[in-house]
Amino acid sequence: MVAKLNGRFGSGISEASTYLGQNYFVVDRSLIPEILQVLRDQEQFDYCVDITAVHYPKRQKPFDVLWILYSFPRNERIRVKTLIAEGESLPSSVPLWPTANWLEREVYDMFGILFEGHPDMKRILLPEGWKGHPLRKDYGIIQQDKEWVQINLGIESGQ
Amino acid sequence: MKPTTYISRLELGEKDETFLDSNELIINMGPQHPATHGVLRVILKLDGEKVLGTECVIGYLHRGVEKIAENRTYAMFNPYVDRMDYVAAVSNGLGYCEAVEKLLNVEAPPRANYIRVILAELNRIASHQLWLGTHALDIGAITPLFYTFRDREEILKIFEKYCGARLTTHAFRIGGCQYETYEGFEKDVKKFLNFFKPKIDEYEELLTTNRIWVERTKSVGVISGKECRALGVTGPVLRASGVRWDIRKAQPYAAYSDFQFEIPTGQNGDTYDRYLVRMAEMRQSVRIIEQAVAGIPEGPIMAKIPKVLKPPVGEIYHSIEAPKGELGYFVVSDGSTQPYRLRVRPPSFVNLQALDMMVRGQLVADVIAVIGTLDIVLGEVDR
Repeated sequence: MVAKLNGRFGSGISEASTYLGQNYFVVDRSLIPEILQVLRDQEQFDYCVDITAVHYPKRQKPFDVLWILYSFPRNERIRVKTLIAEGESLPSSVPLWPTANWLEREVYDMFGILFEGHPDMKRILLPEGWKGHPLRKDYGIIQQDKEWVQINLGIESGQ
Repeated sequence: MKPTTYISRLELGEKDETFLDSNELIINMGPQHPATHGVLRVILKLDGEKVLGTECVIGYLHRGVEKIAENRTYAMFNPYVDRMDYVAAVSNGLGYCEAVEKLLNVEAPPRANYIRVILAELNRIASHQLWLGTHALDIGAITPLFYTFRDREEILKIFEKYCGARLTTHAFRIGGCQYETYEGFEKDVKKFLNFFKPKIDEYEELLTTNRIWVERTKSVGVISGKECRALGVTGPVLRASGVRWDIRKAQPYAAYSDFQFEIPTGQNGDTYDRYLVRMAEMRQSVRIIEQAVAGIPEGPIMAKIPKVLKPPVGEIYHSIEAPKGELGYFVVSDGSTQPYRLRVRPPSFVNLQALDMMVRGQLVADVIAVIGTLDIVLGEVDR
């Protein structure tokens, strides 16, 4: 499969490797819609297990976004990873896997990464109007949106 | 500044209409409705009693578990995972410990794996019992609740004797188990199994052919196997739609490859089939525990691991079959004592997303039945 994908996308796949028995690809951001489509339709990865992100604030492209996919017919897992810069958005994979709806909303909520073409791009776990994205490394563990807490809950602090 | 209000997708674009123009009604169910199993708010768009659409508002129990993980060492974070799905704390701990063990490249000794399987399966029974009691209560059958809670108590007693806690057990440690089984553990487990086997028949007697139960659950909340896969729905819900998939079989972990058991499936993917699948699963769990107790090996219960855990730089995704579906942990290590990032893939969160599809076109009363049948725990949905 790796050879087939490498042949098709060439240098767009910067890394295809295995760590502790788990396969993953690192691909260019521009290839994401195409490669996910190919993985779903031609390689039978019909179940999107999870979409998540990791923040590396010191890097030039500070976000890793990951798609963890599973194939029922092949009984195989794969991770697709891409690196994006601050403020850069990604195409939504809701048309491919409807389950991506809430998963992408959570990534937006926690990291502030927008997904284009998402049917309902808004926060999911934190309340509407909250400032900041808590899973970014520059967001402190006891930090909170004081203004929101004071206006909406009528208390000085949530702690 | 005014307080922010939640704007539902269901309300958008209908600002000009008055209530006289249409029969449509938008109402709130929750967040404190007793039948939502926690603090879940569902906005319902209704035409009379018919549901036209729903929207879930979640996050009321959000505690930032993933953020806490980044600020705790691997061992310190272990008890926190019990607080996600608090009715199946053992499974949460099992998944977390195995994920970190994989990252450290160590394996728990066989005896520890057997103890893990016994406790995890006991916990699966306890979780299914709690589901059955509350689900039946929501639909109007009060008796099963007393029966299931009475019998669940016996499992909690075993947990308490083993590790001192009943719900948030923290039974396992990274590398194995903290505690050796107590004197008479096997006897207690066997005694429970013999006590419990006829109890499943008792539950089934109350419900399986009960006319009210059948009418309230058959053809309610139907979801096909294909829709389940598209929506990422796992666990008993997926199996009741005819997909024979269980991580214990597909990608065995702990000691599951040593045991004989079947994966029960349904055909129709309705609430009644999901009920039957979970009942059959309890019987299979009994089978697994019987084999595990009979074959439990001697030996150490802890692998050789360093006092300070510093997994090498890398990423790992590990998932287990929790009572509610696929529970996955994605752990990123930067070589320090704390996880750089820890992502929990909660089964309840993903399964809850199917609610909208399952209740469309059905009655309001069926929403309650479907929330029950999805078997969600809000502590895990919101984390």
